[in-house]
Amino acid sequence: MRLTRRDALAALSAVGAAGVAGCSAPDTERPEDPKTTSERDAPELADDDLETLVALANVLYPSEVENVAEFVGAYVRPRVRDRPAHGRGLLDAIETLNEYAQTLEGERYAGLDAAAREELLTYMAVDTADPDPHGDDDERLRYYLVNDLLFGLYASPTGASLAGLENPPGYPGGTASYQQGPAVTDTRGNQRGPE
Amino acid sequence: MSGGQSSQDRTPTANADVCVVGAGPAGALVADRLASAGHEVVVLEAGPRFDPEEREERMESHLRPGDDTPIWGMGGPRDAYSSSGERFYPLNAARVKGVGGSTLHWQGMVMRMHEQDFRLDSAVGVAEDWPIDYDDLQPYYAAAEAALGVAGASDNPFAPPREEPHPLPAFPPSHSDSLFADACEELGIATHSVPNARNSEPTDDAGACVGYGTCRPVCPSGAKYEATRHVDSAQRGGARVIDEVPVQRLEHDDAGDRVTAAVYVTPEGEEHRQKADEFVLAAGGVETPRLLLLSASEQYPDGLANRSGAVGRYFMDHLFAGVGGRLDERTRQKHVGFNTTESHQFYDREDASRGAIKLEFLNYAGPAPADIAMGADSFGDDLLGEIREGYGNHVAMGALVEQFPRAENRITLDRSRTDDHGNPVPEVIWSLDDRTRRTIERANEIQRAVLEELGADIEWVVGPDSTGPAYHHMGTTRMGTDPESSVVDADLRTHDLGNLTIAGSSVFVTGGAMNPTLTIAALALKAADAIDARL
Repeated sequence: MRLTRRDALAALSAVGAAGVAGCSAPDTERPEDPKTTSERDAPELADDDLETLVALANVLYPSEVENVAEFVGAYVRPRVRDRPAHGRGLLDAIETLNEYAQTLEGERYAGLDAAAREELLTYMAVDTADPDPHGDDDERLRYYLVNDLLFGLYASPTGASLAGLENPPGYPGGTASYQQGPAVTDTRGNQRGPE
Repeated sequence: MSGGQSSQDRTPTANADVCVVGAGPAGALVADRLASAGHEVVVLEAGPRFDPEEREERMESHLRPGDDTPIWGMGGPRDAYSSSGERFYPLNAARVKGVGGSTLHWQGMVMRMHEQDFRLDSAVGVAEDWPIDYDDLQPYYAAAEAALGVAGASDNPFAPPREEPHPLPAFPPSHSDSLFADACEELGIATHSVPNARNSEPTDDAGACVGYGTCRPVCPSGAKYEATRHVDSAQRGGARVIDEVPVQRLEHDDAGDRVTAAVYVTPEGEEHRQKADEFVLAAGGVETPRLLLLSASEQYPDGLANRSGAVGRYFMDHLFAGVGGRLDERTRQKHVGFNTTESHQFYDREDASRGAIKLEFLNYAGPAPADIAMGADSFGDDLLGEIREGYGNHVAMGALVEQFPRAENRITLDRSRTDDHGNPVPEVIWSLDDRTRRTIERANEIQRAVLEELGADIEWVVGPDSTGPAYHHMGTTRMGTDPESSVVDADLRTHDLGNLTIAGSSVFVTGGAMNPTLTIAALALKAADAIDARL
């Protein structure tokens, strides 16, 4: 399953960073609003930060998901820029993850192999931590990194459709799909909704 | 959608005809109706005017675990309360203070009460009759449906008589509704559509529902009715709305016959007195009686409009009853956040042994994929497997169950604690009686039978011990003809003070089991007509 820029925009609409509030279906392009002072002061996601997030997403996302790097960039960049407080929390969490990786493995997180990246999350107890934006390191990482990326995927129609839900909560997917029955069964026996 | 700003000038309005306390649905409708009739109206609202642009961030707070920020800002010293009855009452989860009131977080279900609801004593010997009957309210129900833009159909064989179709067509049934319908037919249970205060089609007020699926507690699109619509309309008609000005007390004249002023405080701590010819209390089923009790004077030591002693008493809510489980087929849940099928077959009471039951067939049973993902301790392919296992086969039924009025269930003042202005906080004293418990058990029996007919593996039951309130605060300034036993008359004017009206579900004599907002709206419009006639 290939994630697209449209999926990223759909996920952004679910989390309030894409500017598609209102009564119409979501746009596929984000409007270019004039920047305010606070936006000019907003944090920016550096290439290294994005690399860390993509490395993490490759652990979190199922193997059948393709085009992870482009999706993560399209999802996270405007989110960091348009919501400065959340963006700073996310960037701090990236720094924390890299500090742990450097201390324990001698490498930035993105430099670790796939198994080591997942083991580090387990070692830090991020897998079992309760998400908390103001909590300890494991709780902050769970909130800002793991759950941001998981929500980005599974609150998008393409991600939720992996489990048979093409209009997940938070996505303005209209009022037709709820009326429709399950449509097809794929080769793995998974029910999927109408295309 | 409201685009209004917070108030800059919070000084009183000179020469106001009407002062409305509270900008929820009751206050907004009264204000709009009276402003459009040419009266000078000022609305005092304790909470803020929320920025519509923040709706999607509020939605994320709701959808994501970990951020404990209240969606609509409830909590803290302003909203302190006590709960001391047999049952804890989570008051701040139950209400919103702000322009729009609790319609900001409501589900948006809008049914007319049944004819029997207005004459329970006459019909089955329980509680008291209302001083009005369904016929008195019927034209106002129609007006309320028009005002709220209700989407509905005339397919409910148990509904009271209607005069015309609903303003908008009903939302069609869901896939899971069709599964339930077959099972219910086998059991002889009739199902029908649900009247919703959300746009099934675009109107001048808002676009059609786009299926965000988070109606409760926030609709980012504005397709769900919110009282901000009528606040905005009232303002266009000349009304003035002042936000963040909690009213501290009402003052009356020397004779004790009329309210003279509402005393309020600004965020800067300035105290003002808003004078008016008529006053309307529309602050909800808890703050309305609290304000009357806080307004005690030498002449009225037990509180204003409380000659009967009924202010704060007979507090009622609806109880939730539910059963849920899983099928061996896909049920297509979580696409939308509202329901499209109900059954009112078990609503009217055959005798005094039980209260009303309103059955609901849920479209949002079980977790969504993102819910599972954000709480899982697995990642990657294992996580996807967990999500596929956890989503897709859930079904659930809910019900609202009636609680009859009892004097010992009440809102009073906890004088041992004060809010941010030094006023005693509201104390909720709430319990369930055996008849309510039996009604919940009966609802569970019906729900179990339906799910078993469906072939579901039942996984959970919300019964008498685990039930909770539906956040419908009723009964605390009850309506009646006798000033010795009721607070307001059939026009919602208090028996004791000739220019004080109370709008809201606090005037309900009995609560039935219908979501109360349509009746709140109908009564508000009726009260507005009476005020207009007096001005």
